Amino acid sequence: MPKIELTRNPFIKNTLKSRPPQLAVFIVMLVGYIFAILAGLLGTPVGSHNFSIVFVWIAWWGILILVAVPFFGRGWCAVCPIPLPGEWLQRGAVLSPPDKRPKWLNLRWPKALRNIWLQNISFLLLALFSSVLLTTPNITGIVLAAMLFAAIGLSTVFERRSFCRYLCPVGGFIGLCSQTAPIELRIKDKQVCVTCDGKPCYNGSQSGYGCPWDVFPGGLTKNTHCGLCMECIRTCPHDNIAINLRPFSDDLAKPSRRIDEAFKAFIILGSAMIYAGVLLGPWGTLKDATYNVGTSTWFMYVIIFLAMIFVILPGFFALGILQTKSILPLKQRFASLTNSLIPLGLMFWVAFSLSFVLTNASYILAALSDPLGLGWNLFGTASAAWQPMLTSILAPMQILALVGGLIWSARTAQKAANEARTSSIPVIVYCFIVTLVMLWLLV
Amino acid sequence: MKRSEILSRILITAAIVGAFGTPLYFWSRTPLIHARMAEDGGWSPDVIQANVGEPLHLNLTSDDVVHGFAVGQMDMQSVDVLPGKVTDLTLTFDKPGIYTFFCTRWCGLNHWRMRGTIEVNGSSSTPEPASVPLYVTLGLDIDAPHDAPSIPSVQPSTISGQVLATNLPIEQSSDYYRKNSPYQVFDELSNTSLTEPQRWDVVAYIWQSNTTKESLTNGGQLYAQNCAACHGENGAGDGVFADDLAAAGESSMQTMAGAEDRMMQTPVDFTDPTRMLGASPVLLQGKILRGGMGTGMPMWGSIFTEEQIWDLIAYLYSFQFEYHQ
Repeated sequence: MPKIELTRNPFIKNTLKSRPPQLAVFIVMLVGYIFAILAGLLGTPVGSHNFSIVFVWIAWWGILILVAVPFFGRGWCAVCPIPLPGEWLQRGAVLSPPDKRPKWLNLRWPKALRNIWLQNISFLLLALFSSVLLTTPNITGIVLAAMLFAAIGLSTVFERRSFCRYLCPVGGFIGLCSQTAPIELRIKDKQVCVTCDGKPCYNGSQSGYGCPWDVFPGGLTKNTHCGLCMECIRTCPHDNIAINLRPFSDDLAKPSRRIDEAFKAFIILGSAMIYAGVLLGPWGTLKDATYNVGTSTWFMYVIIFLAMIFVILPGFFALGILQTKSILPLKQRFASLTNSLIPLGLMFWVAFSLSFVLTNASYILAALSDPLGLGWNLFGTASAAWQPMLTSILAPMQILALVGGLIWSARTAQKAANEARTSSIPVIVYCFIVTLVMLWLLV
Repeated sequence: MKRSEILSRILITAAIVGAFGTPLYFWSRTPLIHARMAEDGGWSPDVIQANVGEPLHLNLTSDDVVHGFAVGQMDMQSVDVLPGKVTDLTLTFDKPGIYTFFCTRWCGLNHWRMRGTIEVNGSSSTPEPASVPLYVTLGLDIDAPHDAPSIPSVQPSTISGQVLATNLPIEQSSDYYRKNSPYQVFDELSNTSLTEPQRWDVVAYIWQSNTTKESLTNGGQLYAQNCAACHGENGAGDGVFADDLAAAGESSMQTMAGAEDRMMQTPVDFTDPTRMLGASPVLLQGKILRGGMGTGMPMWGSIFTEEQIWDLIAYLYSFQFEYHQ
């Protein structure tokens, strides 16, 4: 399927280039985010009736996993409010071009940390406390506030969006999965970039800011680190930036060989399986262990969780790969072939999220009318009863997602194996086995 | 600075102030009474001020499970307090005093600890002094054992007792009934020609004649709502919280120096004839009024009216006597 350049459409192009529409969305998102923090801290401690829990962990997460990531990649990052106050502070401006002299320290991010290991760690940290985080409004409020302040703090010390690029717990997840999305931001003609004077897309100009994500668009081959902020569309003096519609998982045809990203794939895969067991499974003892943070049973859970992600899942994967032959060294082969797990990992999350989003979506109506649990009835829906949705087709949808993910990953594995000149069979067998486990856990 | 930049800054500032200010404003203007399981703090606040004759508006919400709200010694239907929801309630007090409000749902092991007070002030009349309970007037030691030395071999029959009592000079006044235990009456009947089973039949009849169907029904409802959680639906001391109460007592109260006699205990078994036939209605009234002093039995004096307590006592004896009314 050929790529379709969406920015050929004048309306789309002008809307993306114009700042006011983006600013309007930013303001709405920021207000919602601040409201979620306050709802978490001031509102009812009953999670199912608190805006912070219902809108962050049911509505936002549902939209993120079921719509935003699969279809728009880093589409959420394009409207995420977390980096905004820090970025405005860093630039000393909202719309105007920045001063030539930086207002803050403006340091480069340390070279040793220019990877997604910190994002892997921050994701795992949240994952290990997830049972408490997902059900306790004040903890959610504190975590949301902490992320906002962390982003502001990092913006005053380091250049660009260091928080988004290197620390955001969800950023690494979205970035890796965005490679599967059917949308991309790319340059139209490489030669234009090569000869471009001053590289304003990276360094900024009077038309806009240098790439906040520390990416040179001229070298973009993957969605992983492009936050779709649209600054380069504004700054490119040659109209050389395009938003394209493309085949799904186009980026995975040339797999990454980074080990931090390889382990992110196992985090995505493993955490979906563990969450399915903990949050949807029938094991009360396991549930209790995840809730009772700091107890010996919780530490056992932590050990099992980390062992699953860092030892068991990669261990079996490596064992499978050892059976194959390739011109690539094992480490590179390992990293390269783990890219095949990304579609399956995403579909694991889709299947898992379908379950709790459809089960709990009806809470959204009540929380909309009474977001803090103060007895309001803003839209007349405060008394809306809890009612699981689409229960009859939930299991078929989950099976479809898992089987679809398996086929998608198998095809990706074939392409990655061709690239590495090795066999895809161990990867496909591995995907088949973990899919069976996930099917058992979910359905 | 460009006009668009100034406008955008104003807009952002206004949005942020609004996002912070709106929930803070409404939150500060909506005082709620929070219900949490007693282990997590119970009612908050647990002391509420009110004035005689002025409506008291309460907004109740639960922070955990379903609770209930009722005010003791007041003619009101209890209301449910649901997690994350707000229940509105308006009360008007026509007498000053300190009223006890309490949870009416079996919310957890320490459900009975979920209590608070409403201090009703502002009346020109002085509060009515509380009457002295009968067990105090009689000097009855309600903590001492009052076991019956002997018990019937079969359940006493009120029908048989009614026939036998016809020709006996028996005192049947409520005062007599309240001050004596079934065993004491059984013992007093020893100077008659009746056999032991017949004497127990007569005792059963006397107890029946001192209650009514309405009283038993009311007592049964009070028992089911307030007592059965610990004492069991059938009075056998095996309610849903019984084992947990005993375990909690062993793990906590027993460690207190000299507290072994007063530690939390397994709830009393009302089907045990030795215990129940040795207890007079006044003794039971005292225990219900005052509570078990550290045994886990709550104090009900501030919640039940005197009539409700007598109804409840009548119902408790139905675990020993089969009434035919």
